[in-house]
Amino acid sequence: MVNILFIEHDGSELPVEVSAGGSVMQAAVTNGVPGIDADCGGSCSCATCHVYIEEEWLGKVGELSPTEEAMLSLSTDRKNNSRLSCQIQVTEGLDGLVVTTPEFQF
Amino acid sequence: MSVIESGEEPKQSKWSMVGKDPYAMPIEKIDLSHPGIWRANEFLPFMERLRIESPVHYCPESAVGPYWSVMKYNDIMEVDTSPHIYSSEPTIGIVDSFEEFTLPAFISMDPPKHDEQRRVVQDVVAPANLKNMEGLIRQRVCTILDDLPIDEEFDWVERVSIELTTQMLATLFDFPFEDRSKLTYWSDAATAIPGGGVVSNQMERWQALQECFAYFIRLWNERVNEKPGNDLISMLAHGEATRNMPQEEYLGNVILLIVGGNDTTRNSISGGVLALNENPCEYDKLRENPMLIRNMVSEIIRWQTPLAHMRRTALVDTELGGKQIKAGEKVVMWYASGNRDDEVIERANEFLIDRENARQHLSFGFGLHRCMGNRLAEMQLSIVWEEIMKRFQKVEVIGEPERVYSSFVKGYVSLSVKLQPLG
Repeated sequence: MVNILFIEHDGSELPVEVSAGGSVMQAAVTNGVPGIDADCGGSCSCATCHVYIEEEWLGKVGELSPTEEAMLSLSTDRKNNSRLSCQIQVTEGLDGLVVTTPEFQF
Repeated sequence: MSVIESGEEPKQSKWSMVGKDPYAMPIEKIDLSHPGIWRANEFLPFMERLRIESPVHYCPESAVGPYWSVMKYNDIMEVDTSPHIYSSEPTIGIVDSFEEFTLPAFISMDPPKHDEQRRVVQDVVAPANLKNMEGLIRQRVCTILDDLPIDEEFDWVERVSIELTTQMLATLFDFPFEDRSKLTYWSDAATAIPGGGVVSNQMERWQALQECFAYFIRLWNERVNEKPGNDLISMLAHGEATRNMPQEEYLGNVILLIVGGNDTTRNSISGGVLALNENPCEYDKLRENPMLIRNMVSEIIRWQTPLAHMRRTALVDTELGGKQIKAGEKVVMWYASGNRDDEVIERANEFLIDRENARQHLSFGFGLHRCMGNRLAEMQLSIVWEEIMKRFQKVEVIGEPERVYSSFVKGYVSLSVKLQPLG
């Protein structure tokens, strides 16, 4: 099992435990984590699953595809540690991952 | 006044499918582009036949020439998210633009130019900014609703849907409030089919747009000399990527933002009233649980699908749904059909205000061009319904609505209602 800590914009923490295999977005949505809309259902087409990855994990969550980069680059609140959570696969190596959700999804 | 009575609408054209049975004709004859079946509210079975029997369908002959129709949710997604194959240039409407009458705007551009221009304006409708506007929107909604007659028939489209969205647009542009009805007229003229009730011919349409341009050029010239403000015109006049833009690009983007924010929201406001009347159990559900409003707003937008289609042009030969599409061919995503695809959306032909995954509809599009005003639209709709529920037991529809003569703009010219107060 993989433990992911979701931190909301207001600081509230929501730890979830999921099996490896799905995406970080799915981990959030299936566990009722607020702040992630995932309008397109996970196909990198809407940028409403935008999250901020804790610095120490940034290098471990994989590379951005050109499509993800294109969608994120249009995002108003984009920061260096921005990712679209539907594009991050949950693996055993991500046990302990810390992710912050933004105040708004656009 | 009904458009047909006025004699302005063209006589039933040879292309019209009104009154015809989609299952009693050769499938190649099915043509969704003609506005007749949309105005007559007869489009659903035509879309359904194509979706089931020919989900990527070539129409060889129509008033707008040959084109492909993409009917299913997943295929529409594929087209929408592949701008390198399916271009938004030269235009995103099924009608090929008349060169003299077209204006460039980022909705009909591809990356990188699209991205540069969109980035400049989208902040005005970013959720952080919307938070600042919520109070003003609510105040206006309350004023409009409080001014409505009780127990007396009136046109919801005119008194609420148009009034509210026009005021909203005027705010976004910091447009002189007393002239705001011009925004409605110019927006309607921009998308109207000549002869359909707004303008009689292309020349009249062009004259309306010229008036619009002159006004916005004046506003640009005023704002460029002022300090940068939070309105759309100021953002364009000061933004690095847009302050030196050719005048026709500025005007194209202005038209885009007026149109984008105008009849779509307007028709969703009207469409929600109609949907609840046609589905009284859902109206009961809403009364019992007004917390459903947020979710209901998404369902209304799916149900209405205010823009029935978006068109692309193939840049290369490609394959979609087993069909071979050639470079240069017109490819039309019928959002109105994809939103009824029950292979993706459960019980798609039912209006369910508490539906799960309500946000997954196609009405805002997906990919780079996804509607940047989507949160603003949702906010307006939510506030309208919150305030309606505080005041009226029922917004009762009387008779049949009059629908817009268009296969693009899917909406209402008029909707007669009567208000029943609470208690």
